[in-house]
Amino acid sequence: MLEGLLIGLQTALSFQNLIMVIAGCLIGTFIGMLPGLGPMSIIAIMIPVAISMGDPSAALILLAGVYYGAIFGGSTSSILLNAPGVAGTVASSFDGYPMARKGQAGKALTIAAIASFAGGTLGAVLLMIFAPALSSVALLFHSAEYFALMVVGLSAIAAFAGTGQVAKALLMTLVGLIMATVGEGALFNMPRFTMGIMDLQSGFGFITLAMAMFALPEALFLVLKKKEMSGDGGKIENLRITRKEGKAIAPVIGRQSLQGFFIGVLPGAGATIASFLGYAVERNLATKEEQAEFGKGSIKGLAAPETANNAACTGSFVPLLTLGIPGSGTTAILLGALIALNVTPGPRLMIDEPQVFWAVIMSMFIGNLVLLVLNLPLIPYIAKVLSIPRNYLIPFILFFTLMGAYIGQNNATELLILVGFGVCATALKFADYPLAPLLIGFILGRMMEDNFARSMQLYDGMSFIIDRPMTLALLVIAALLVVLPSYRARRAAARARGVSEGD
Amino acid sequence: MALDRWIAFIILCVASAYAYAAFFTMDQLLPPFMQRNPIWPSTFPKVLSVMAILTSLVILLGFEKPTVEDSAPEIDYRRLGDYHLFQALALLGLMVAYALLLRPAGFLLSTVGFLTIGGIVLGERKLYILIPVALIATGIVWYLVERVLGIFLSPLPFFL
Repeated sequence: MLEGLLIGLQTALSFQNLIMVIAGCLIGTFIGMLPGLGPMSIIAIMIPVAISMGDPSAALILLAGVYYGAIFGGSTSSILLNAPGVAGTVASSFDGYPMARKGQAGKALTIAAIASFAGGTLGAVLLMIFAPALSSVALLFHSAEYFALMVVGLSAIAAFAGTGQVAKALLMTLVGLIMATVGEGALFNMPRFTMGIMDLQSGFGFITLAMAMFALPEALFLVLKKKEMSGDGGKIENLRITRKEGKAIAPVIGRQSLQGFFIGVLPGAGATIASFLGYAVERNLATKEEQAEFGKGSIKGLAAPETANNAACTGSFVPLLTLGIPGSGTTAILLGALIALNVTPGPRLMIDEPQVFWAVIMSMFIGNLVLLVLNLPLIPYIAKVLSIPRNYLIPFILFFTLMGAYIGQNNATELLILVGFGVCATALKFADYPLAPLLIGFILGRMMEDNFARSMQLYDGMSFIIDRPMTLALLVIAALLVVLPSYRARRAAARARGVSEGD
Repeated sequence: MALDRWIAFIILCVASAYAYAAFFTMDQLLPPFMQRNPIWPSTFPKVLSVMAILTSLVILLGFEKPTVEDSAPEIDYRRLGDYHLFQALALLGLMVAYALLLRPAGFLLSTVGFLTIGGIVLGERKLYILIPVALIATGIVWYLVERVLGIFLSPLPFFL
């Protein structure tokens, strides 16, 4: 491990990569602060830039920096304006905004930065410990197990990602998988479902789809609903916290780093759930008089969700880097970018491309440090971005999504596909269908079919499901994940009504 | 019928068409030597189409009871007229126009046009600020993409 660390340090500390971390964090903070733009849109917009750099470590470092920056920027806007830019920072506004109202905006931002730093750093340490162990287990996996594991991942996402409606999330996953079958597959040299359109020969572009699913609907929502973006971003002062306050939040940070990390590792859970759960847990653990403070500007109530969401962001890298299976929309986009850069994340990553793996981990440390040391003092200035009028902002956001889709393929038809899917995605968002499962299904679809086909060919039929106990066990888990939540919801609904259902 | 069930219905139609394509149109095209393979190009789509049809039926027929709606949605689609619907539609139309004009009119002209008209649609009236901003931004982006990233963007209209 020491050797790996040194490789990582060597890569991450190169001048170019240091610039990447700093640039990524700054860009992420900048855009993440704008209400309505989440990390997924920002990363989707940044992907063309990252891919055209050609160096996978630099690209991943840049994108990871953007991810951290976006989460941090999101908490800034939820503290200053009560307008969270990211779902994962909604819980931060419960106590952060009251603090800002009391004139302690500077202190709230410092606590948020320290908590994010600690959460991210402890998360990276845990990632360093767990990822190698998990990937040595993953090396025993066969393509049949990979197929089953992807099924588990997808059903876990369907079970947890939606707003309690498993069927909708499942349907979105299936639509994503169906979309992945369009175009030529690797196994069969035969175009499928292209309807004779040449532009579909190579399938839908993944960047186009990512933009259409996240960036475009979010921008349209910004247009449809005027949010008040005028805040008093000018008077942020007094960034210091006292020793006593530091002592009070230290245990909170310790607990929430661990909890957030492990929630982040689970597919489908991620930063949003981690932050809400962290807030709830800390409120229950606090003493009576501290509990009364929660919601009115408690420093513990701010530190808990901030730590948890950053630790969860780091945790979500574990399944990506060790199994090659993304657990969240953001890591799914990162996976797509990595594949475009000819790096296949998975258990072999640590052996084949150790510099990529360790450089990412080292850049997490550096990124967190940059956020604390560089971004925090700059926050009063960065917050000025909140005063850019929306008349200028929205055309630019739309322009960048268009540009991103165009640069990747150099094909104007791609832009029409983008707008079309964007409209569909907005309608889906209106009807409360979760969009992340669709994208994850799309990205995993190819890999899943390849692994399925490989195991079918090796075993000359479906017998691999019964012959390999681990595959069978994983598939059973996947089925349970989908069936159990809806069964329990039914039971709960029946109990609430006091009568059992007829069927 | 609520919007989510309409969407399920549309997906059901698409999935049925997909299932038709997978079950009835693909297998005849397969060369004979590939027919001895345990997996065909249509195998995976067949499974997917059946699952998608079943799942969309579950939503369409309302087997899964919607959870209690305790939180107000961010935007209520039943009252779309209350929001800035015209602006959103105009911007979408503008994006389509941009897609169609990007090649013939060149990058510089179409981008400046897009940014300026987009601003005007959203209600910006200070053209003496808007147009210079659009010009400068277009220039910077073009320079970055063309020179720094090395991706060719035809800058000028087709006749130049």
